[in-house]
Amino acid sequence: MTDDKDVLRDVWFGRIPTCFTLYQDEITEREAEPYYLLLPRVSYLTLVTDKVKKHFQKVLRQEDVSEIWFEYEGTPLKWSFPEKDLLHCPSKDVVEAHFMSCMKEADALKHKSQVINEMQKKDHKQLWMGLQNDRFDQFWAINRKLMEYPPEENGFRYIPFRIYQTTTERPFIQKLFRPVAADGQLHTLGDLLREVCPSAVAPEDGEKRSQVMIHGIEPMLETPLQWLSEHLSYPDNFLHISIVPQAAD
Amino acid sequence: MSEDSEAVLQLPAAPAAAGGENLSELSPETATPEPPSSAAVSPGTEEPAGDTKKKSNFDILLKAVGDTPIMKTKKWAVERTRTIQGLIDFIKKFLKLVASEQLFIYVNQSFAPSPDQEVGTLYECFGSDGKLVLHYCKSQAWG
Repeated sequence: MTDDKDVLRDVWFGRIPTCFTLYQDEITEREAEPYYLLLPRVSYLTLVTDKVKKHFQKVLRQEDVSEIWFEYEGTPLKWSFPEKDLLHCPSKDVVEAHFMSCMKEADALKHKSQVINEMQKKDHKQLWMGLQNDRFDQFWAINRKLMEYPPEENGFRYIPFRIYQTTTERPFIQKLFRPVAADGQLHTLGDLLREVCPSAVAPEDGEKRSQVMIHGIEPMLETPLQWLSEHLSYPDNFLHISIVPQAAD
Repeated sequence: MSEDSEAVLQLPAAPAAAGGENLSELSPETATPEPPSSAAVSPGTEEPAGDTKKKSNFDILLKAVGDTPIMKTKKWAVERTRTIQGLIDFIKKFLKLVASEQLFIYVNQSFAPSPDQEVGTLYECFGSDGKLVLHYCKSQAWG
């Protein structure tokens, strides 16, 4: 018997095989070997790259080592999105402040900030340390409180989500969206997309033009949004949804 | 809308913002540089012309925290696509802060949105009565 809660573990321990290479114009004393790592997909790139820095420092002249930043196929990455997107390495304090801000914003949407505000400072710290040190139990001991809702309601007040599209300049789409419709029906992922990002869903009999990805998989559009929010949110408590153009066969 | 005695000014575009928007401070009624011709709209605009102004502009109310200087004009009309960073740059310029000074912006007196976030998104999620209240501070006010 599998429990839905197993999903939390599967998501947390998801890994991305990653290869780091040094920028070709960087002057080295000897050739830099590429560096391979399995990175936790729900973490922030800059939290897990100390080893990368150490590896390449060995071949760089000391005076050249200052700030590092990341590119993917020539595109500078932003650090503020969970894994996959990054930039200049900010200090861990900056990443922590960003992470806690996202948590607070998510709880403002879910519970009018009541849950996060009732927590103590040490609980906030535990969330952060759990993420930073890749400790599932430490993180979820606190995070589960953020996933609760009053029994008389069928979900959060609003679902914290962000939709990223590769085809627009806008950073992301974020709107108010309730998990339950006025008639009591649970809203699905498909309902959300049809409402806030209709171009992502194929018309009834039309050809599918894009993939809707969360954590690198395509959840069924019939999946209730509340379930997704509780099980497939990133540690910052947002559902980060990517719309990727369907690859041509 | 008129509960505040402060004038509603068009927030000048930050020089760094994409596309050279105009820098003049005007009331929104006269500021909208859209062609006056009613239905004949340039096909380039994303939103239907009729409600462009309504859709793309709203008011923000800027409140200082702690010993951060207040702004005489608190209420500003902003474009939805303006980013938090653009707003930070504007306030710093307005308060004549030096570039190295930090400025933090908070929503709900609780969280600091990331610099690349668009204020329009925040308005949709956290605005009320046609405006978004933002607090600004030279130090981290809410951790």
